[in-house]
This record gives sequence, structure tokens and C-alpha cells, in this order.
Amino acid sequence: MLELFALGDTGWGDEILRGLLVTAELAVATLPVGILLGFLAAYFSLSRVAPLRALGFGYTTIMRGMPEILTLFVVYNGVGMLLNALIQWWNPEAGAVDFSPFAAGVIALGMVFGAFAGEVLRGAFNAIDPGQIEAGRAIGMSNSQVFWRISLPQVWRFALPGLGNLWINLLKDTALVSVIALDDLMRMTKVAVGVTKQPFTFYLLACLIYWALSVLSELVLAAMERRANRGVRRAA
Amino acid sequence: MNPIDIITAYWPRLIDGTLMTIRLTLMGAFIAALVSPWLALVRVNAPIAVQAPIRIYVSFMRGTPLLAQLFLIFYGSGQFRPVLEAWGLWTFFRDPFSCALLAFALNSTAYQTEILRGGILGVPQGEIESAKAIGMNPLQILRRVVAPHAYRIAWPALGNEVILLMKASALASIVTVFDLMGRTRQVFSRTFDFSVYLWAALIYLCLTATFVFLWRLFERWMNHELGLAKTPSAAPQAWETRP
Repeated sequence: MLELFALGDTGWGDEILRGLLVTAELAVATLPVGILLGFLAAYFSLSRVAPLRALGFGYTTIMRGMPEILTLFVVYNGVGMLLNALIQWWNPEAGAVDFSPFAAGVIALGMVFGAFAGEVLRGAFNAIDPGQIEAGRAIGMSNSQVFWRISLPQVWRFALPGLGNLWINLLKDTALVSVIALDDLMRMTKVAVGVTKQPFTFYLLACLIYWALSVLSELVLAAMERRANRGVRRAA
Repeated sequence: MNPIDIITAYWPRLIDGTLMTIRLTLMGAFIAALVSPWLALVRVNAPIAVQAPIRIYVSFMRGTPLLAQLFLIFYGSGQFRPVLEAWGLWTFFRDPFSCALLAFALNSTAYQTEILRGGILGVPQGEIESAKAIGMNPLQILRRVVAPHAYRIAWPALGNEVILLMKASALASIVTVFDLMGRTRQVFSRTFDFSVYLWAALIYLCLTATFVFLWRLFERWMNHELGLAKTPSAAPQAWETRP
């Protein structure tokens, strides 16, 4: 039984570890994209300019209402077609290019993460005591000083639980990219299943690996929350 | 083809897929709604040793991708085919629809259990003590005090869960169930017309919007029946997402 999971040519251990590495790379690459989009969405949603607010609301509502897998296909097929059309227009001689599934995964999952993070961050910005912002203005801070010195450090604390949940969702959603042929943990598992004909064993292994990642993330996030909330007075 | 041609040519398929999506979602959510209250009660009241299996189950279901759970059930069952055939269960596990339904029901049960646990814990202790004081037995307390109040607290979160399940049901298309996503992919593979994806997105958004509307309507009706102004506390926070 155990030799199935051995590293090297005899077992599937190394293939599955390689898939796990792709899964981790995808999640880590998507996180900054998602957080950046989240800040943009929150900025638009909280803007005083009505069209910007509508844009922010539209983005978060549409992205949160669509299945993640649909978003992934829209990005993978849509951006791929757009890219090819652009290349054809630029240089009619050039052949068709394949849009990288990894890039499609980062963009699609980043857009989904960004929409949810936008709502998390909007709530966090709203949770800041307005008196502190007024106090900052009163001592003559500029808007950007208020943002960097008062809002942002506290937004982190308010948003951390929500962003933590989104990170775990992101880890799980990376499994979807196996459908557009990226060699992540899920797809390498599928390859192993195809050869060994032991679907239950290998899918259970994949589940256990994802589970371990989630539980590990939860532990790290709990520690981060404790650290972010150090020095905050709590009701007894 | 332009977007209008696509919808005039393929609308019967898309409607058929939409109905399948609705069926999968509602059946999955309903089965989970039958099981989860009991698990939530055990999770709140039972000794740690009895709680442990439920805790592990919930943690596993929430910590692994639904796609992996679906593959584990649909493809994984093949490893035990002789046993399942002997027990007469193979026709069930061979069918992608029933496997998808089982996966969604198991997954949603875990989430609904956690939501209802929160609802039960949110019932003020004073209400339960009052019920005891006027001589209700535990069953009466559960039926008349804890359950109505817990469901009222949990109602918005349960609605979110059904919407998330509807979105997740698109995964069924990967094991060849022809739900809305499955039909959409089928149409795309025939026409290579991208606009069919945009139609699918629009239909999903309409489904979500309709569902949110109906759920709120029911909430208002329920509160009216109980002679209450609005749902208490636990209104979902902006940062609450499915953990």
C-alpha cells in the first residue's frame, strides 16, 4: 500500500508533491492580486462619486453571484480569445497562442477573491471609529496621512478574520483549475488514479492534504489574529 | 453568431439546465436541512466524546474542496464496485446525479450544522429558564422556545448557505451532470461562441436575485406571524463569508 506513495519512479509521492507545489504557487500568486482588487473594490464602494460606487457595487455583486467555475471558464476562454484576436490584429502572420491556465487561474481566482475581499474591507473601513479620523484631520493630517497612519493599521485588525476565511476558500478553489488542465494537486491525483485504478485511495489522500492545509491555515490565522489584537482592551 | 442568435437557438437547453441546477440545489439543501438540526443539537448538548465525530466531519467538509469530495464519492466508489454491487448500491453510485446530490447534501449538512449551532447558542438563557420555570418539559422547550428562536437567528445565514450551494452545484457539470453549467459548456463546445457564458452568468445572477427576494419575503412573513418587527441580532456582517 505505502509503496504507492513512494517518491521516485515506483510511486506517486513525487508527482503528488509536485502538484501540491503548483497548488501552493497558485494560491500564493493569487493572494496579492485578490487583495489589491479587494482594496480597489472597497475604495470604489466607499467613494463619494456615484458612478464609481455603482462600479464597485456591480463588480462585487456580479462576481459574488457567479459560480467560481463559470468565472474561471469566462476568463480562460474569453481572455484567450481576446488575446488571440489582439495578436491577429497586431500581426496577422502570427499563429494562435494558448493562454496559460496558470495565468487564467490567477486572474479568475483573484477576481473572485477581490470581490469578497472588497466587502470585507468595506466593512472594516466602516468599523473604524470616525472620531479617530476626525481627530487626525483636526491635528492637520492630510487625507493620505490619515489613511496610512490611522485607517490602514486598524483595517488589518478588523479585516483579518474575513480575509482569513477567504484565504481558506482560495486554497480550496484552486482545485478548480485542474479542470482547465493545470497540473495542480487535484489533476496529479487524477493522473495517479488513471494509472493505479485506485480512485478512492488517491482522492482521499488529496482530501487529506487539502484538509491539512486548511487546518494549518486556521492555526496560523488564529495566531495572526492574536498578534493583531495585542494591546486591544477586551470586555471581561 | 451574436448573443441574440445564441439564446434563440439554444434556450431550451439552457432552461433545461437551469431546472436541473434548481433541482440539485433545492434537493441538496432540503436533505441537509433534515439532518443538520439533530447534529447541531448533539453538537451543543452532548458530551465531548459524542461531539467529536461531528466536529471531525464538519472540519473535513469545510476544509476540503467540494470538487475533491465529489470525485471521492463519484470516482472513489468505483474502487469498491464489487462490494457495492453485492449490496445493490452500485446503481446509485454509477449515476452522476445521485453522486452529486449526495456530495452536496453531505457538504451542506456540515455548513448548516454550524449555522444552526450558532443559532441555538444565540437563544437567550433567560428564555430557556423561564420555560423551565413555568414547567415545560425538555421536548416542549425545544419545540416551542429553542427551535423557533434558533431558526429566526439562523435564517439569513441559512439563506446565504443555499445561495453558496447553488453556486457550488455548477461543479456537478464536471462529472457530466447537465445542469446550467453543463449545458453552457455543451453549447460552447458546439458553437465556440463566448456569449453563451455571459447568458449563463446572467441566469445565475437572476436565480440568486430571485432566491434572495423570496427568502426575505418569507423572513418578513415569518416575523409578521410571530408579531415581531424584524429579525434579531445575528444579521450577517459584511465580512462574513463561508469559512
